[in-house]
Amino acid sequence: MSVAEHGMPMNAQGGPPRVPAFDIVPVKGIPIVGVIVVGLIAAIAANKMWPLTFFHVVGGGLWTGVDLFMGFVLGPIMGRLSIPARIELTTRLMPKMLLIMPTLVTMTLASGFQLARLNGMFAGGYSHHTWVVVSMVVVAVMAITALGLLQPANIAVLFELKKPQPNPAIIGKLMRRFMYAAAVTGTMQVATLIIMTRLAS
Amino acid sequence: MAAPTSQPSADFGGPKITELGMLSIGFVAAGVIDLAAYFPNRAPLGPVVALLALAAGTLAVNLLLLVRQPGFAWARFRQVFGWMAIVYGVIAGMLEYTFIYDHTRGTVLGLMTVFLVLFTINVPLIDGFTVARFENPPAS
Repeated sequence: MSVAEHGMPMNAQGGPPRVPAFDIVPVKGIPIVGVIVVGLIAAIAANKMWPLTFFHVVGGGLWTGVDLFMGFVLGPIMGRLSIPARIELTTRLMPKMLLIMPTLVTMTLASGFQLARLNGMFAGGYSHHTWVVVSMVVVAVMAITALGLLQPANIAVLFELKKPQPNPAIIGKLMRRFMYAAAVTGTMQVATLIIMTRLAS
Repeated sequence: MAAPTSQPSADFGGPKITELGMLSIGFVAAGVIDLAAYFPNRAPLGPVVALLALAAGTLAVNLLLLVRQPGFAWARFRQVFGWMAIVYGVIAGMLEYTFIYDHTRGTVLGLMTVFLVLFTINVPLIDGFTVARFENPPAS
């Protein structure tokens, strides 16, 4: 395996790295997302503690877990993989992330907002009102990082890999941005864990 | 849109669309937090309206800067922007549904709706720009 100009290994023939066929959006997953969204709407309409808590805890737990895993476990591993292995992992993982993350975020935020209304946590008289506001600020920082850096990098990498001749320098730059952003959101998730356990205590 | 090419793509560069987009989303988030922090009571509207104006102004500047870029891969931008607008339209619709369901009415609902619209434009704008900026072949 030779190494190209940008420090990216080429294939045996000296051409660009081989990219397996993949779909940018995994269409098979869309019905699952649809079922979750319908369930979420039903939970909000029912306005009952259990379904709202279910969506908030399940969505939030998975969101936190995925962010921490991506930022601190998979990210560093990915950085050390060979380019073909990294491309292989990227083309299989990133399209799924494109469906999973917005779904988890919507589940968590929509049910959490409704839950806070139902519990009276937004009210100024609530003993942990400051923590509720702080949690919204933390979520805002995570959302700005995820929506401004992480998600666009994810999509752009997939489009780059779809090209006849992907540019390894662009893929490297975007993947670095993705991993740094994932580490920032992972760190913010630790703050979320502290705040949420504080609110539940 | 640039013709299909087998050349490796290059970074178009251009204005700081991502940074300005994130700034606009930041103003949206600050405005929504300010409103939500006072629920079920009504927040003082002065700071919220100021944040709304800042978010809308930043978005307007961003759009203006982008429109003035010659040679930008507009077809790819529209493709990504369109699909992401649908996705974030659904998410914004969910949040709007929650506000209406909770009997949020009048000025507060109007402000929340405009914030959601700004959010729904900003996110696909950043996504579309990030993909399209790497679409063009290097300038010869």
